[in-house]
Amino acid sequence: MTRRYSALSLIREGLNGQRGWEPAWREATPKAGYDAVIIGGGGHGLATAYYLAKNHGMTNIAVIERGWIGGGNTGRNTTVIRSNYFFPETAQFFDFALKLYEGLSRELNYNIMFSQRGIWILGHDRHGMEMLNRSANAMLLNGVDAELHDATSVRKNVPGLNDNPRFPIHGALNQPRAGTARHDAVAWGYARAASRLGVDIIQNCEVTGFLIANGKVRGVETSLGTIGTGNVGMAVAGHSTALAAKAGVRLPISSYGLQAFVSEPVKPCLDTVLLSPATGTYLSQSDKGELVIGAGLDIFLSYAQRGSLPWMERAAAGVVELFPGFSRMRFLRQWAGLVDVTHDSTPILGRTPVDGLYVNGGWGTGGFKAIPAGGWCLAHLMATGQSHPLAAGFGLERFQTGALIDEASAAGIAH
Amino acid sequence: MLLINCPYCGPRAELEFRCGGESHIQRPGPHGDVDDEAWADYLFYRQNPKGEHRERWVHAAGCRRWFNVARDTITHRINAVYLMGESMPVTGDVQ
Repeated sequence: MTRRYSALSLIREGLNGQRGWEPAWREATPKAGYDAVIIGGGGHGLATAYYLAKNHGMTNIAVIERGWIGGGNTGRNTTVIRSNYFFPETAQFFDFALKLYEGLSRELNYNIMFSQRGIWILGHDRHGMEMLNRSANAMLLNGVDAELHDATSVRKNVPGLNDNPRFPIHGALNQPRAGTARHDAVAWGYARAASRLGVDIIQNCEVTGFLIANGKVRGVETSLGTIGTGNVGMAVAGHSTALAAKAGVRLPISSYGLQAFVSEPVKPCLDTVLLSPATGTYLSQSDKGELVIGAGLDIFLSYAQRGSLPWMERAAAGVVELFPGFSRMRFLRQWAGLVDVTHDSTPILGRTPVDGLYVNGGWGTGGFKAIPAGGWCLAHLMATGQSHPLAAGFGLERFQTGALIDEASAAGIAH
Repeated sequence: MLLINCPYCGPRAELEFRCGGESHIQRPGPHGDVDDEAWADYLFYRQNPKGEHRERWVHAAGCRRWFNVARDTITHRINAVYLMGESMPVTGDVQ
């Protein structure tokens, strides 16, 4: 059986009629008990399982997923990876994720198609430029790459921009190391690597309740029976409050639909990521050729994963304003992902009042770019019982102590 | 897109409105007796139901008045619209 992906194995299997490929991950049925169970087979859950096995030697573990792996927000986002945060805690955490992404294809022996094509954040007036300058300074102080460009340089680097837009382009902040990756590949790559290390990945298995005795978790009740374990990690952003409620835990999280769209596929025309907060434009082009367009949050709580016509119109208006050449393109798909929104737009990664039950959630609209670090830090917490230094400020206790990390106002980016 | 029946102006499109979040939140007190847990609960913890949610809306591009809406977060169906200061209607009331 061919396990490792390489040019040599491609040639060998080509000559062999493609009969020797091993499935990327094993089908698993739940055992009666595990050393640890991770609920949620998205990027964060699968990364947690991989790093528990790889970094901490815990291989008697399982990931349980209600649907199919990577079928939630991991497969519904706009695939942008960046670390343009303001505060040291978040900047270091998200830049660690970016660094892990930079080596992830090699680490997992799975091409996640990470393309570091930069992200250009446009400033449309003097005050916008002052904010970008402040943001660039904060990033540089935090050790994150950032470049400030004037209008001429923006036009030289971003093809197809409107010569005379209603909101003039004064300049931009570019993070050259930012980029996009193939989102499904991140889930599949982690699943394959974790399965290889002995992790059971159990799909179509819904958690219906928790076994808790004397304030300590003893197991989970699932649609495939009871699984005993004293160590449970929840990584189900979008549904965090509903799952935590089954353990009697409340979380300061609200669920909203985040709107996104893709156009029909066209030949390569945009080789970077463009963000224009003033015109509500968040745009990149996928390797398939589709323009991937991110819009904002629905203005009301929702679990519907339903498209929104007002957002579609607004996003299209922003794109056409900046790129008149795209005006005759058609939308191919629209969808919404359910995101966990916290008051300070900083994730929640830490203990819960139930001993042995840990939470990874509250990613707002930026969970995909955090996957490697979210998995790394949740694995550290589950294996050692101690918060990883990178995520030490992300615990639930901050809502009582008041030590919020308020990126909602600091970075000024919609999370 | 939601069609919201403003109690003052009649049915209008979602675009004319803004949502102000959960209704019927009571500030805990007297303030000397409020511990950190209760204060955090008041500031940051919200209901996030899969099902009916009672929330405040304002007709921002219309009469600019606030009112309450009982809306299902899975179907987006609006079960009831009622005035500020009114108590919660029985669940499942149809406007």
